[in-house]
Amino acid sequence: MISVESLHVRQGEFSLSDLSFNLPAGTYGIVVGRSGCGKTTLLEAVCGLRQIAGGRILLGSEDVTNHKPGERGVGYVPQDGALFPHLTVARQLAFALALRKTEPKLIKERVEELSERLGISHLLNRMPNALSGGERQRVALGRALSIRPKYLCLDEPLSALDDQTHDEIYELLVQTVKGTGVTVLHITHNKREVEHLADIVFRMAGNELHREK
Amino acid sequence: MQSADGNVVTKPSSFRPGSDTPFIVGLSILSGTYVAIILAMIAADLAYVDADSIMSALRSKEIQYSIGLSLLSCSLSTLLSLWVAIPLGYLTSRFEFPGKRLLDTVLDIPIVLPPLVIGISLLALFNFAPFSWTSEWVVFEIPAVILAQFMVACAFAARAMRISFDQIPTRYEKVALTLGCNRSKAFWLVVMPQAKRGVLAAGTLAWARSLGEFGPILVFAGSTRMRTEVLPTSVYLEMQAGNLKGMLAISLIMIVAAAAVLVTSRLMGMKRLEP
Repeated sequence: MISVESLHVRQGEFSLSDLSFNLPAGTYGIVVGRSGCGKTTLLEAVCGLRQIAGGRILLGSEDVTNHKPGERGVGYVPQDGALFPHLTVARQLAFALALRKTEPKLIKERVEELSERLGISHLLNRMPNALSGGERQRVALGRALSIRPKYLCLDEPLSALDDQTHDEIYELLVQTVKGTGVTVLHITHNKREVEHLADIVFRMAGNELHREK
Repeated sequence: MQSADGNVVTKPSSFRPGSDTPFIVGLSILSGTYVAIILAMIAADLAYVDADSIMSALRSKEIQYSIGLSLLSCSLSTLLSLWVAIPLGYLTSRFEFPGKRLLDTVLDIPIVLPPLVIGISLLALFNFAPFSWTSEWVVFEIPAVILAQFMVACAFAARAMRISFDQIPTRYEKVALTLGCNRSKAFWLVVMPQAKRGVLAAGTLAWARSLGEFGPILVFAGSTRMRTEVLPTSVYLEMQAGNLKGMLAISLIMIVAAAAVLVTSRLMGMKRLEP
């Protein structure tokens, strides 16, 4: 479960105040709302990337409000994937495991398993600048899933893709994430994503989050 | 001609935005004049000196010492500059904190101050403890040359590093933090590999600034032959001795050294550091 209670975030002139919602464990939650309404700020607060001025964030039963991002066990996929430009696809997938000093053999197995699941086995030695938009998003998703997170935060992961690639990644999300027990918080503008992926939909407007579905 | 709602409209075909030629020609003349003057200056230096003057300058023990000290002091001041400029650039690029504007202004001081004033200020500083405890080994000695170069070069390097870090989006660090990095690991594993070109640019800038530094060195390190003599000091000493050819020969050596560093860094930047 992702639970946000009376969240306050201040960022320059922009602020979110008294924002609360609950996303039950294993559900796919989508937040929609106009550009600039604070969706990304909310997502980054859940990931621990924004300093919050008040309120609590709970992941499961654990209060993670003061935890560092890396202690929360949240996989994060930003808008354009943000693949590290100096690392090959294989090293992107191994990055978090190497940080945890995982045995090389286990890292190799995990990278192979992830790359097969995401259909990127043939790209393991490529650099990010040699990947298409859809391939980048697959790698970014794989990198986020490498730590076997219980929670996944997706910041408009399909927005920069053409229609055909959009459908491919959308199918991939259905296959690899939805229904696997991972709780997903996904922000988007796209109605199709809302219709096909969301178990729960929240609309964000004027500092309030209304449940629509 | 009138539109459906009665307004007069201009025929699309009757409008011409005008020629771009005068603008392009203007740009080319203004830019070309400056570039031509730079090249003409170097050509004039070359025309004035003969091979004998250059060879005799290169054979002179004083000039050999001066070249050696210039190369050594510029390299050390560049390393020192990067050692300070990288954290300073990252701090000012990524963090908001009280007094940040003041810090920015303080960092501009070595850039906007006349270089001579930096030398005088360093001389004054080394009259006070704890600096005065070391002044016997620093002032008018080789460390003074390096320190004088560092004080100016570091400010330029810090600016260059800040611009470099500003150009690297924070998204990469954010992802790295969620994957388990702390700030330090995110910096070393994700940011620095992308800032290689910036480090190279800042290092080149610091090296070139150090090579050309003269005023602060003259005041803080003196101009003693075979002791604190760097290439700009040699030019000054030759000028005082009325040796125009010697002066120009040393200037040419400096031009070659600066060009070599510039070309090397460009080539390295193009070939090795592509992310």
